[in-house]
Amino acid sequence: MALVLTDEQTMLRDTTRSFLGKNAPISHLRQLRDSRDPIGFSQPLWKEFADNGWAGILVPENHGGLGLGYVEAGVVMEELGHTLTPSPFFASAVVAATAISRAGSDAQKSAYLRKIAAGDLIATLAIDESPKHRPANSAMSAKRSAGGFILEGSKSYVVDGHVADLFVVAGRTAGSASDTKGITLFLVDSKAKGVRAERTSTVDSHNAARIAFDKTPVAADHVLGEIDNGWKPLDGTLNAGRAALASEMLGAGDEAFGRTVNYLKERKQFGKLIGEFQALQHRAAALYCELEVTRSAVLKALQTLDESFDGAGPIVAVAKAKAGQSATLAAQEGIQMHGGIGMTDEFDIGFFLKRVRVCQELFGDANFQADRIARLSRY
Amino acid sequence: MSDLEAFRKETRAWLEANCPPEMRKPSRGEEDTCWGGRKWKFQSDAQRLWMQRMGERGWTVPEWPREYGGGGLSRDEAKILREEMRKLGCRSPLDSFGIWMLGPALLKYGHEEQKREHLPKIARGEIRWCQGYSEPGSGSDLASLQTRAEDKGDHYIVNGSKIWTSYADKADWIFCLVRTDPKAPKHEGISFVLFDMESPGVSTAPITLISGSSPFCQTFFEDVLVPKSNLVGSLNKGWDVAKFLLTHERDMIGGMGTNSGGESRSLGQIATESVGLDNGVLADTNLRGQIAALEIDAWAFRLTMDRVGDLVKTGKINPAASSLLKYYGTELNKRRMELVMAAGGFDALEWDGEHSHEGRNARAWLRSKANSIEGGTSEVQLNIIAKRLLNLPGV
Ligand SMILES: Cc1cc2nc3c(=O)[nH]c(=O)nc-3n(C[C@H](O)[C@H](O)[C@H](O)COP(=O)(O)OP(=O)(O)OC[C@H]3O[C@@H](n4cnc5c(N)ncnc54)[C@H](O)[C@@H]3O)c2cc1C
Ligand SMILES: Cc1cc2nc3c(=O)[nH]c(=O)nc-3n(C[C@H](O)[C@H](O)[C@H](O)COP(=O)(O)OP(=O)(O)OC[C@H]3O[C@@H](n4cnc5c(N)ncnc54)[C@H](O)[C@@H]3O)c2cc1C
Repeated sequence: MALVLTDEQTMLRDTTRSFLGKNAPISHLRQLRDSRDPIGFSQPLWKEFADNGWAGILVPENHGGLGLGYVEAGVVMEELGHTLTPSPFFASAVVAATAISRAGSDAQKSAYLRKIAAGDLIATLAIDESPKHRPANSAMSAKRSAGGFILEGSKSYVVDGHVADLFVVAGRTAGSASDTKGITLFLVDSKAKGVRAERTSTVDSHNAARIAFDKTPVAADHVLGEIDNGWKPLDGTLNAGRAALASEMLGAGDEAFGRTVNYLKERKQFGKLIGEFQALQHRAAALYCELEVTRSAVLKALQTLDESFDGAGPIVAVAKAKAGQSATLAAQEGIQMHGGIGMTDEFDIGFFLKRVRVCQELFGDANFQADRIARLSRY
Repeated sequence: MSDLEAFRKETRAWLEANCPPEMRKPSRGEEDTCWGGRKWKFQSDAQRLWMQRMGERGWTVPEWPREYGGGGLSRDEAKILREEMRKLGCRSPLDSFGIWMLGPALLKYGHEEQKREHLPKIARGEIRWCQGYSEPGSGSDLASLQTRAEDKGDHYIVNGSKIWTSYADKADWIFCLVRTDPKAPKHEGISFVLFDMESPGVSTAPITLISGSSPFCQTFFEDVLVPKSNLVGSLNKGWDVAKFLLTHERDMIGGMGTNSGGESRSLGQIATESVGLDNGVLADTNLRGQIAALEIDAWAFRLTMDRVGDLVKTGKINPAASSLLKYYGTELNKRRMELVMAAGGFDALEWDGEHSHEGRNARAWLRSKANSIEGGTSEVQLNIIAKRLLNLPGV
């Protein structure tokens, strides 16, 4: 398949871009942050987003979605990266929708997907337990009980966890930390007994929470997929999330870069536009190359998820690593080339640095992805 | 079956029947490259047969029109041919500056007689070309070149000197930039001419590279007679031809970012042999991280070459994109060769002898340093990107 967007995908990009540009530019994020908004995103905006169909991009048509693919989801994520708009799109419409539509029973799909697509239900994945993403290390205990399981333990950095209605939780039903065998996925209602969410205030002013499960009972029909065999759907779901985050970082990196190049054409020092200085020109040009090379990997990762979902792991690792690396560079160079003003809170460029740092960590940073690549090649 | 599938089947059958087994062994790089030309000594009958068979079919230049000795294939067919050759492990039947650089320029700027005269000979490997661009005083600032061509009625007389002329001593003909109007601004007085290296007054002096081989020369011209019919494009408009040709050269050199320099083992394998594994991961964890980082960049770069190709097809591409490929691909290749050396350790330091295949890795490592110089330096590519793709002021 050609590594270019189709006409329909380009149209989707243009409409999302103009929608977000109009309704949720960076001033929107700033306003949420400054007012210490208790939810952390705009519910009316999310509703409108869903009304446009975008929350259902990955939801099959028979469950009320658009039945599109990861390229389309990535296109939307990239635009969200341009405006840094906080929204449940990533957690609910990409990650949770992937988990449920790929591993769910018919009953589970019917119960949740339509609501996710309508934006009426926010679902999210609760996976990590330590400060670095190590999914196989999930140790949270899930003990069998009459009629189901009892969950005990806690999950950190659960995206949108403080407003989620439904958690996809990875618990351990067998084996021990670092075994991929023995992980089971559960669908847990946020109002279930013993579930406690504590919002985490984060550097990027987006949304996450620590979720504690205190002897939370889960009925047997709330197991997502097979008992002990949750790794495969979990890994697939994480890959979908990684490709989406790579898209968001690409958008954020591109935006930071575009703003910086514009600044180089405006700011004068020594009687010249600073963009005339070759020291800055070469760094800008090298950064441009990094972003273009990243774009190829990200698009290929998204296309591969659509064409052969289970085989997408390696290229997704490449895309996430590359996007993390080049978006970080774009944000850092952005601040540096803006000089003093780049360091001010009043100026937007710093928001990109903050958001990219978070996207790097989520679902594994560049080092984590490089380790996966090395393991796959057995070195 | 679609036309393309039928084409794939026929192609595979033809390659299986016609590619000699020796030409399906992995190329060891430079020593196994077939350059063709009047002075060429084939390494083996297999090499000769393979070049001739592919040349007759036009598949040494699959996308050139048939009337000029090409294969007349569409882009998709040419891709299938490459894929099938890769599957069978077929070596490239012929490599040359004629194929990579002069051919595309003649197709665009040459007149009918020039195309009919020169293109089929390039396709069949009969004439080998060299590139006379750089001069002792004109490298990055190529347009300042001083080699003169004086108008003598029906011919020009060329005087001056070129340098870093790759394979000038082995080539049959040269495509050469000469100054035809010394009074005009520097870009506007240059012409693009072709002449035989056996013309009276042409001489070459080989120069040895840090890799120990001597692939390039200083080339001298003393009253060399060049017929006017050998002018390509218009008089004093040679810079347009020169620039067009450079974008092809850059794509070709940039593509080497994915080249292994004849080493068939992956970096991970070389390092595993040298430092060993510890619990399934390389015992040198820093080296491991560097290799993985390189492989990530290399993979993303290969995809970028594909993507640029796809964009070319849609017409949505700035020609300066070839500077991106040249810059990124060559810097990547230098990084790869540094890692080949780091992974290989003492083994990679050997200079002669069978054990090291005559110092293959060390020599390839040293040769790779030229990648970011030849065809326009990395700094020059960054200048082009800053100006043409980012529209930054100045330059
Ligand atoms: C936290 C902080 C504290 C500070 N405290 C003080 C203070 O106490 N007192 C005080 O007087 N100032 C202070 N400053 C100001 C500081 O010295 C300036 O920000 C700095 O000199 C850069 O100037 P600028 O911000 O105008 O950036 P600019 O000069 O506009 O630079 C923008 C970009 O262009 C680059 N650039 C500019 N000229 C060239 C060139 N010729 N070649 C190549 N690149 C070039 C710069 O490196 C930079 O990347 C402070 C700044 C900060 C961030
Ligand atoms: C292996 C090899 C094969 C070659 N084959 C051929 C051939 O077949 N035919 C041919 O014609 N030429 C050939 N060349 C020559 C090649 O094209 C030149 O070496 C190249 O263009 C650089 O020119 P130079 O060597 O004069 O370096 P210079 O132009 O003198 O550059 C020296 C340094 O200054 C930097 N620099 C120069 N200008 C700028 C600027 N404006 N901004 C920032 N930095 C700048 C350069 O990047 C470089 O780092 C070959 C070179 C090599 C190494």
